Amino acid sequence: MERFYTFIFAAGLGCFALAFVLSLVFPVISLGKYEAMEFRDLEDLAAVPKAEFVELAARYPEAFESAFGTRTATPAAYAEALQLGRDIYVGQGCWHCHSQFVRPTSNEAQRFGPVSVAQEYNNALNLPHIWGTRRVGPDLIRTHGKHTNDWHIAHFMNPKNIVPSSVMPSYKYYFEEDGTPRKNGFSLVAYIQWLGTAYEDLPESVKQENEQ
Amino acid sequence: MTALTPALTPTLMPTLMPTDAERDGKPLVSYWLIKAHIVAAALFLLLSMTAGFLYSLQFLGYYPFGDSEVLSAGHIRFIHTNMTAYGWLVNGFVAMMYYVVPRLTGFRVCGEGLGKLIFWVWQLIVVAALGGFFMNCAQAIEWGETPTGFRPGTFEPNWIPVDLLVVVGAVLLVVQFFTPLYKARGQKYYVTLWYFTAGLVWLALTYLMGNIIPEWILPGAAGAATTGMFIHDLVGLFVTPMGWGLMYFFVPLILQKPIWSHSLSVIGFWALAFFYPLNGVHHFLISPIPDYVEYGAIITTIAIEVVVTTVVVNFFATLRGKWSALRTNWAIRWYYAGAIMYFITCLQCAFQVTWMFQKIIHFTDWVVGHAHMIMFGVFTFWLFGTIDWLWPRITRRKWHSEKLRAWHFWLSTIGIVIMFTDLMIAGLIHGFMQKGLNPWNDILDMSVPFWWIRSFSGAMFVTGLLCFLYNLVMTARSNELYVEEEHLVPATAE
Ligand code: HEC
Repeated sequence: MERFYTFIFAAGLGCFALAFVLSLVFPVISLGKYEAMEFRDLEDLAAVPKAEFVELAARYPEAFESAFGTRTATPAAYAEALQLGRDIYVGQGCWHCHSQFVRPTSNEAQRFGPVSVAQEYNNALNLPHIWGTRRVGPDLIRTHGKHTNDWHIAHFMNPKNIVPSSVMPSYKYYFEEDGTPRKNGFSLVAYIQWLGTAYEDLPESVKQENEQ
Repeated sequence: MTALTPALTPTLMPTLMPTDAERDGKPLVSYWLIKAHIVAAALFLLLSMTAGFLYSLQFLGYYPFGDSEVLSAGHIRFIHTNMTAYGWLVNGFVAMMYYVVPRLTGFRVCGEGLGKLIFWVWQLIVVAALGGFFMNCAQAIEWGETPTGFRPGTFEPNWIPVDLLVVVGAVLLVVQFFTPLYKARGQKYYVTLWYFTAGLVWLALTYLMGNIIPEWILPGAAGAATTGMFIHDLVGLFVTPMGWGLMYFFVPLILQKPIWSHSLSVIGFWALAFFYPLNGVHHFLISPIPDYVEYGAIITTIAIEVVVTTVVVNFFATLRGKWSALRTNWAIRWYYAGAIMYFITCLQCAFQVTWMFQKIIHFTDWVVGHAHMIMFGVFTFWLFGTIDWLWPRITRRKWHSEKLRAWHFWLSTIGIVIMFTDLMIAGLIHGFMQKGLNPWNDILDMSVPFWWIRSFSGAMFVTGLLCFLYNLVMTARSNELYVEEEHLVPATAE
């Protein structure tokens, strides 16, 4: 028994495969049965640019044009901004200080908004998911519409100006001195303002069942 | 020199082949490879700990590089964890495998040239990962932020294919160490080899799973089940088996006393292999992952605690009658301090995995304390202990300073106890304030004193490490020869 092949096949491969089936294949099958669980690609997510993004384009036309090559908030520009914003969110480790899911416990629904459902994560901006495991700052999955663009820009430039006890780093290098966003700044704000819209877009029936 | 025939490895006690044993006219153990990996490991540990300390300053408002995008606090955090995993632990464990595997099997590793290649591939992995973090190319997988070479979810290259290199590195390790393991397939394996064999298979599988599936195939909740497994398996199926493998080899060797119970070793190993991989989802509890999957993870996590107890009991029973070794032998001290902390962390696991605790402690500093206890207090302690024992034997020099050895141990031990307690309390308060709907800035204000203590305890680790590094260097340069203790000089084979 206590030989080479036992440890390779029974322990190494066998136990791993068992876990793979039980804790991965099973949930995938169950999740696949949920209502409104279709995967949404980036094009679909960006098809109708959100009001906050349209406002950014209107507010900073020149900067917007030099960043995205257009003065209007087109779906293509939105898609580019969302993907880049997500890249920054990941690359700068925002997800090590912020979570992106609201739990049905600890009064989180009261603090942040509706409890998270699996459907809202089945899209191109959750490859891989960025749920996070630590909340130094608050959860962000219900951020859409919570603050204005201006608030976010001021906050990113120096969080301590807005919330004196904040320990969030400043991201002023994504903005000009006067607060005009650079391309990364536009994208970051666009992405943050997008968070939560996937939930809002779900069919009423799903939301109602979740919130009742 | 006597040539060796593969010794039948006894079940309860590893045989120690002579230090200068030969096989096929070449030395059995390649000491320079061990030395190279130890040096690399130590340097990356210094980098990792420095990064961790710097990151903790962000929380106090004293982070020095806040104006730089490249050196941002977020990047420093990636460096802290990834240097620990791939720079320190992998290098450290590989060094130990070079020492242990040939001595247990009686065969040389596949090749010294291959060894050189493996060494450089892994250092390249670590350095390329550093570059990737600075360039904002990290991917969103905890403990696996190492860039894949493509923008996640797409096939746009970002030219830093660290993940592919890790797979190459893991396969090369398999080739290197499976050669002697395969040649010894006729033998009954000693416990250490069970862990090493399975651990190497698991490393490759875990890495492939965690870095491909959630990035390209499964978004959202299903992906979270995968990354949960990845975080967990990297610790549970690579670091833990390697760590226990070391313990099973070095503890009986140093104590000159067989492991107390073979049956307990068997239970410990198989229960780890069976239960550990099933735990993964417990990193995302009370989440959109289906509840029954979460229950499965919770139950198996509690089961793990039973396993852990058997292993810890086995080791303490082994120590019975030799308690004085705790006073006289630094390696044993590190090992058993680590074993106690292992027990504490795993006991903590069994509680914190329940929904009752999760409600409060998830997302808080409690978890940070837990992670430091297991990564620093246990596995790093065990590697420290091993290096402490090996270094004089590899360099054939006496330890330069006994005092510095003591400082290293006590600074690390007291430091980790302070950090653990501090973060546990901070986490509980944070959790209850979160539940109590206190404003977020109140939570931050509450945490600040705890964060000061955390930075202080981190500074203790770093100071301890500096003592250690200085001692390593001075020992290697000293000219006081080390003579093997009488009872450890093995009878020449045959
Ligand atoms: C070191 C931890 C840390 C990092 C890294 C961090 N944050 Fe924060 N964040 C905080 C804290 C603490 C708060 C709460 C205080 C405040 O509002 O500034 C916060 C608040 C916020 C808020 C306001 C939330 C609300 O509901 O009012 C947003 C939006 C935000 N962060 C986005 C980001 C983004 C985007 C990044 C990455 C570019 C990021 N954070 C990185 C700690 C962090």
